Amino acid sequence: MLRYLLHKIALLIPTLVGITICAFAFVRLLPGDPILAMAGEHGVAPARYEELKQQFGYNLPIWEQYARYVGEVATGDFGVSISSKRPVLEEFKTLFPATLELSFFAMIFAMVLGVPAGIFAAVKRGSWFDQSLMGTALVGYSMPIFWWGLLLIIFFSGYLGWTPVSGRIGLQFFFKQITGFMTIDSLLYGKWDAFRSALSHLVLPAIVLGTIPLAVIARQTRSAMLEVLGEDYVRTARAKGLSSARVVGVHALRNALIPVVTTIGLQVGTLLAGAILTETIFAWPGIGKWMVDSIFKRDYVVVQSGLLLIALIVMAVNLIVDVLYAVINPRIRAA
Amino acid sequence: MKKTMTFAAALLAASVLSGMASAKTLVYCSEASPANFDPGTTTGGNDFDASSRTVYSRLVEFKHGGTEIEPGLADKWEISDDGLVYTFHLHPGVKFQTTDYFKPTRDFNADDVVFSFDRQFNKENPWNGDKYLPNLTWDYYTGMDMPKYVAKWEKVDDLTVKLTLTEPNAPMLANLGMDFASIVSKEYADQLQKDGKMADFSTKPIGTGPFQFVDYQLDSVIRYAANPDYFKGKEKIDDLVFAITPDATARIQKVLAGECDVAPYPNPADIATIKANKDVTLMDQAGLNIGYMSYNTTIPPLDKPEVRHALNQAIDRESLIKSLFQDAGATPAENLIPPTMWSWDKDVKTDAYNPEAAKKVLADAGLKEIQLWAADRVRPYNPNFQRAAELIQADWAKVGVKANIVNYEWTKYREEGKKKDRPGAFQIGWTGDNGDPDNFFATLFACSAIGVSNYSSWCDKDFEDLIQKAKKTSDQAERTKLYEQAQVIFAKEAPAFLLAHSQVYAVVRNNVSGFKMDPLGIHRFDGVDKAE
Repeated sequence: MLRYLLHKIALLIPTLVGITICAFAFVRLLPGDPILAMAGEHGVAPARYEELKQQFGYNLPIWEQYARYVGEVATGDFGVSISSKRPVLEEFKTLFPATLELSFFAMIFAMVLGVPAGIFAAVKRGSWFDQSLMGTALVGYSMPIFWWGLLLIIFFSGYLGWTPVSGRIGLQFFFKQITGFMTIDSLLYGKWDAFRSALSHLVLPAIVLGTIPLAVIARQTRSAMLEVLGEDYVRTARAKGLSSARVVGVHALRNALIPVVTTIGLQVGTLLAGAILTETIFAWPGIGKWMVDSIFKRDYVVVQSGLLLIALIVMAVNLIVDVLYAVINPRIRAA
Repeated sequence: MKKTMTFAAALLAASVLSGMASAKTLVYCSEASPANFDPGTTTGGNDFDASSRTVYSRLVEFKHGGTEIEPGLADKWEISDDGLVYTFHLHPGVKFQTTDYFKPTRDFNADDVVFSFDRQFNKENPWNGDKYLPNLTWDYYTGMDMPKYVAKWEKVDDLTVKLTLTEPNAPMLANLGMDFASIVSKEYADQLQKDGKMADFSTKPIGTGPFQFVDYQLDSVIRYAANPDYFKGKEKIDDLVFAITPDATARIQKVLAGECDVAPYPNPADIATIKANKDVTLMDQAGLNIGYMSYNTTIPPLDKPEVRHALNQAIDRESLIKSLFQDAGATPAENLIPPTMWSWDKDVKTDAYNPEAAKKVLADAGLKEIQLWAADRVRPYNPNFQRAAELIQADWAKVGVKANIVNYEWTKYREEGKKKDRPGAFQIGWTGDNGDPDNFFATLFACSAIGVSNYSSWCDKDFEDLIQKAKKTSDQAERTKLYEQAQVIFAKEAPAFLLAHSQVYAVVRNNVSGFKMDPLGIHRFDGVDKAE
């Protein structure tokens, strides 16, 4: 097991190097000069431009800028935002709980609906339910998040007035953060109405962000379930005269869940990508909105360090999924 | 006795509750997070709304909803006859805000004024550079050419400050009303420096303005409370909240749902919905901006005014504006400056649509092909450069001129566009900083701005003399005359095609009173009230 783990970790190193190069290069490939972007329509006199270039280190050869960047990152220094002048890591730490909370609820939404729907579709294979569920899943998967989010806001918040339009919690609730998770913090302070407000603010963004994972999970559960239902041991279980519910719920589901767990783990990347749009629409103060703002401001430092931090999280989650998978399924370890 | 106690407790509870009920909270759905709360170091309108216009005040202020200057922290001022020395007399007894992170021990005085400016240019000042914040650039201070014009700031006594200039500069007073000229507390700065917490100066602001800072949750909510010691009198709203909402549609839905009271910049597509709603009012004003298209006046045949006039005449401007701005609307520009600005000359008109006349002139000049530049950005003064380019291309095709559209990314676009040898017609625009005509005429068309922001590379001696003279004269009536003459020359020489001044909008709930659209594009909440 330890060898397996070390092997997996060793594989991460080239990925990590690749990511630093990508983050560094992509940001520089973005059209537009950060100094001119900062100066706005005023423009900047040539002498002042050179002065600023030097101040920010953009006058150095590109490889030297990269070496500097890697050296800083290796020592845990993710730089200071050009626009806000605050350390990037500090901003990231402040904002990340919001993204995590939203992603968690999006995932709960996707799993609670996706797994049962997938099972049911598999059991009733070929029925109208199966057909329409798979059709809906395809639509959900292809839905542009931006459009879907605005549609829900206009209908549920604007027209029906059931949910708040955007934000994380009602503005009347104002307390110092403990964990950074509104739902937990409100409970720690014993404020039930704040907790309710936080939950009601989560509904729409969690649905929007959870839609794609929901579609993926439903489809994955269905196909895993179909495969398992055709296995010999299921036939044996049925032959023994077990109830259909027991066969499906115990014998088949356990085995079908292995690939589903992996799928769920791999959706973390999708969630973080989706968070960029979802957070922007719902004014959700997480790292997705932070990245978008920084791209528009040409804040090189935030964009490249933010990309790296997000990539690190996705890698960490994938590693955990790999390990979990090996724990559930010992054959993987041997391979 | 017991009864009395119960009664007293009930009374207390009732008064506390009624106190809570009467606390007025105004929620503003702002469009973006502020970079920080030190207006000297930031450049965005959203930064200024959140810092300089709420927490701080300046020596002089712009009249609420206008561009005229009125007294601020300075009650009055004198300008020497040679226009070089400005003496400001400060309002006595002004208090800096008392918060849980700072308790002032003295009133505002001349030291604060000198410090507020000194820190922006004096490299010896510990607040000028890295000790305070990394990579500080003081963009507005340098952008407004302050280092060139300011010789020194001096304290005469506690309530008198003297500013000496290197040469006369009439727009200086307007500059001092700008956000970067906000007055900060030297006592607070000294205290933070002593405690080794200098960076707090940009995250926990202290000023003399109408509201004091309470809390900022990054990228989410900013909270302010009315400053009880505000020298112009405490505000009527008790709490001011900025709910940061970047998406324009979500912002408007929030106002309609009553989750916020004021929101800026609706999408043009939402304007009909807003107008149809009975609970909110759509406020609008011609923005302090201009969309235009610069011809490079140094490259033949565009060096001939008649050719430039002909190109202007060939464009069906009315249809162009309608197609570009749609429901949002825009005021066709007759002049470089918008009608809300002083010295705007109502008698000056730009070229009218006349393709027949244009065709002949252009044929005589032999103009068959021209470059037509379009950027990839949405600007307040031009929501779609590319669409504009295509429509102008079609209009010019009708008079026998083939336009080749040139595209670049926004920053690269301006970099290429300002080059002296850039050919053709270049779409661009400007949003004013301080409401002074100099900020349009000189910034955009002075000879010295060639290669910087004079995209026409146009240097006309008569025009230049007038605007330079207007810059050195402090008498506004005389300046007005000079700028009027400059507008006549501009119309005659046509270094650019003038498009429009866009409308700027805000959505306000009907129980809010006193909110005014501001030509400078800022959102102010002093003097605003809300009925329950």
